[in-house]
Amino acid sequence: MATYQLNVNGQSKKVDVDPGTPLLWVLREDLKMTGTKYGCGISACGACTVHVDGIATRSCVVPVSLIGNRKITTIEAIAQDPVGRVVQDAWVEKDVVQCGYCQSGQIMSAVALLKATPKPTDQNIEESMGGNLCRCATYVRIREAIKSASQQL
Amino acid sequence: MRAAMKKKDDLHLDRRSFLCASTAAAGGLLVSLYLDFPAFAQEGRPAPPPKVYPPDAFVRIEPNGKIFITVNRLEFGQGVQTSLPMLLADELDADWSQVVAELAPAAEVYKDPVRGIQMVGGSGSIATSFQQYRELGAKTRAMLIAAAAKRWNVTPDQCRTADSVVHGSGGQSARYSELASEAGRQPVPASVQLKKPSQFRLVGKPVRRLDGRPKCDGSLKFGLDLDLAGMKVALVAHPPVFGARVKSFDAAAARGIEGVRDVFEIPLVKGSGVAIVADKFWPAKQGRDHLKIDWDFSGLTRADSSKLRVQYKQLARTAGFSSVARGDAKAIENIAASNQIVAEFEFPYLPHVPMEPLNATVRFDGDRAEVWVGSQFQTLDQAAVAEVLGLKPERVTFHTEMAGGGFGRRATADSEVPREAAQIAKRMRGTPVKLVWSREDDVRGGYYRPMVVHRVEIGIGADGMPSAWRHVIVGQSLLAETPFAMMMKDNIDPTTVEGVNDTHYIIPNFHVSAHHPKVNVPVLWWRSVGHTHSAFVMETLIDELAARAKTDPFSYRRKLLKPEARKLRAALDLLETKSSTWRRRLPKNQAVGIACHESFDTGVACAVAVSIENKRPRIHRASVAVDCGLAVNPLSIESQFQAGLAFGMSQLMAKGAITLKDGLVEQRNFDEYVPPYMPDAPVAVDVHIVPSTEKPTGCGEPPVPVISPAVVNALTRLTGKRYRNLPLVAV
Repeated sequence: MATYQLNVNGQSKKVDVDPGTPLLWVLREDLKMTGTKYGCGISACGACTVHVDGIATRSCVVPVSLIGNRKITTIEAIAQDPVGRVVQDAWVEKDVVQCGYCQSGQIMSAVALLKATPKPTDQNIEESMGGNLCRCATYVRIREAIKSASQQL
Repeated sequence: MRAAMKKKDDLHLDRRSFLCASTAAAGGLLVSLYLDFPAFAQEGRPAPPPKVYPPDAFVRIEPNGKIFITVNRLEFGQGVQTSLPMLLADELDADWSQVVAELAPAAEVYKDPVRGIQMVGGSGSIATSFQQYRELGAKTRAMLIAAAAKRWNVTPDQCRTADSVVHGSGGQSARYSELASEAGRQPVPASVQLKKPSQFRLVGKPVRRLDGRPKCDGSLKFGLDLDLAGMKVALVAHPPVFGARVKSFDAAAARGIEGVRDVFEIPLVKGSGVAIVADKFWPAKQGRDHLKIDWDFSGLTRADSSKLRVQYKQLARTAGFSSVARGDAKAIENIAASNQIVAEFEFPYLPHVPMEPLNATVRFDGDRAEVWVGSQFQTLDQAAVAEVLGLKPERVTFHTEMAGGGFGRRATADSEVPREAAQIAKRMRGTPVKLVWSREDDVRGGYYRPMVVHRVEIGIGADGMPSAWRHVIVGQSLLAETPFAMMMKDNIDPTTVEGVNDTHYIIPNFHVSAHHPKVNVPVLWWRSVGHTHSAFVMETLIDELAARAKTDPFSYRRKLLKPEARKLRAALDLLETKSSTWRRRLPKNQAVGIACHESFDTGVACAVAVSIENKRPRIHRASVAVDCGLAVNPLSIESQFQAGLAFGMSQLMAKGAITLKDGLVEQRNFDEYVPPYMPDAPVAVDVHIVPSTEKPTGCGEPPVPVISPAVVNALTRLTGKRYRNLPLVAV
């Protein structure tokens, strides 16, 4: 066990965990922030996507010991970001979700995309979102919501 | 609101007999349950009187105006948690902005009104609860009006309702929330007048999901997100071959992991496993990785998919149990070989892999238990937990958790996941334990869509139409040796032959038979069940026949459809009209493919524009037309069809198969079994609904069957090749 001081959603959080514990499980079980989801544990589905210093990151494969003082942003705080708020509202307006389990990760990836590329092409969208699995396969509406959000940015 | 009404118990299953029956496992369990199911009622038994549902079990109006509506189903993406409340709220004249949906716990009153158990499946939630939820709304409204009429000393017919308010003819008005407690003391009306479709305010309009926002901000809690005081997390080391038993295990290293609390062997539905209980997921996972287990494989058959394929293909050359025998069985032998098509199709095992890994939480307190599961089969899962813990089902409080997908996977006849959780909870008495199946457990855990082989011989008549059709299907039965075995008919599992034996095409000499080999791999319904493979076989062959007849695939199908196939015909006609513009303006590297198929009483027709990119099909566009009777929530139907088509691409994925070698599943996770991602899905899908006021039918499963044949029909136009072996490894 080791103690880490994490910067999560602008707040300083102290956790006492095994250094190898993936950030995902620290968020979910130690910090009780369950909006970030476990889907595969091998960085293959994107359900666990969070932002680490603004970069979309698969939290299921990043050991907590490597985070240091980097800033972590999760779905719980993404509405406080202007782009995040627009994306989240577009998701609701387009009625994107079905089971909804993957959508935290989808939204986190979409926000990262639109911050870097506010007017993405279809190809940009597929490249950025292509690693986020939605088993309900709501991809048509995810694409529409990203385009709708893009128009408002 | 609380209605003082006594529930009618005469029709409800006696719990004691249910418990006894359930311990028999296979055999009689559902006999008594299905007495309520008209299709399975015993011959000569008089039809039971209609059930009366107490409104107070479904509607609660709070002083702040919020209207809580209880949904008697699991919500796992299909949208029923919005659509069923719409039906009730419309008849209630409720203010929709105040409606809150809640998932029902397991209870008699929440059983499916037709099927007699609490469940989701067969695309039946709207179909079987349409009348029920409307009546509940109308009865509640009548009781609110009765309370208002009494208060104002007027007759009920002098009152009207709108937006959660009762208005009297003399200008009086009262909010539902003010009337709720008085309304609860009114008698429940025996019958009520329901709205005409023209009077609907919500039904038939596009309505956004009630769970949309909480699923976008991380606040919605799924079963896996459950966090109870003192809760532990458990993983199970499952046998590498289905049914294997633990011979011995060494837990010393596992117990050395900080946070691991206990390690012990538990019995599984078949064989046994080793449970690791820890404070959190990660130590449980570490603990499991450090276990050393010696397995006993004696007496087990080690399934091997490449050997099964050979065996199935040999079987398919012989007639199986007869499912359909229409016309002359030898008619095909009088047709010249040059006018025959002989085709063999192979389909692999398919996993459901819902995004939320399987899980169940149980706390056992000795004389009672509490369970939290995203369950498609609450009645069976509750009984299974009760059986493991030696309790009566009513001593097991069963919470239905929101589930992250399922596609059939959360509906097993043997309740293997809740049973495992109960076995662990039994040892951990007093401590709530959340059992988590890791993704690897899920991919390797069985309960797959069965591997299936079809062999079809078609004799083509002088008119280019099929005059003789001999069809053999080989696949494990889903129903045999389960409590649902009574649904087998003449040794045939209807879920294997559906979509073929009930084809809507006119085939004068038509013979369908099936073999059900026994294989040591658990199998299960996978969204759209037999239609996953039957639609692919039928719709690729019909396209081949149309091409040989040099006839347009739309007109060929229309000519071949039975006159009574109204829904398919309506869908096909609408599709042809709606897609005509884009079908005529395709770039040179794209081709059109179409398919139509009816499943779960919903007719669907689909057209796709496909090119080949990096040796994979690229779907630029899809149009789909659907006849599902009255469209309760057109927005939800659009969403189900858009995404359901993409889900249906699962069986065309290059790594879209589960294979076994020497009894071991060869795939572990999403790197080895790969479902469709965004680039594999249609870029755009337009959905067209046939206008209808007929009773609504399902929309959860019917989107799935049509896409894979439509895409393959387009690929054939591009390459000239036939694609009959799935997954589609190479184009």
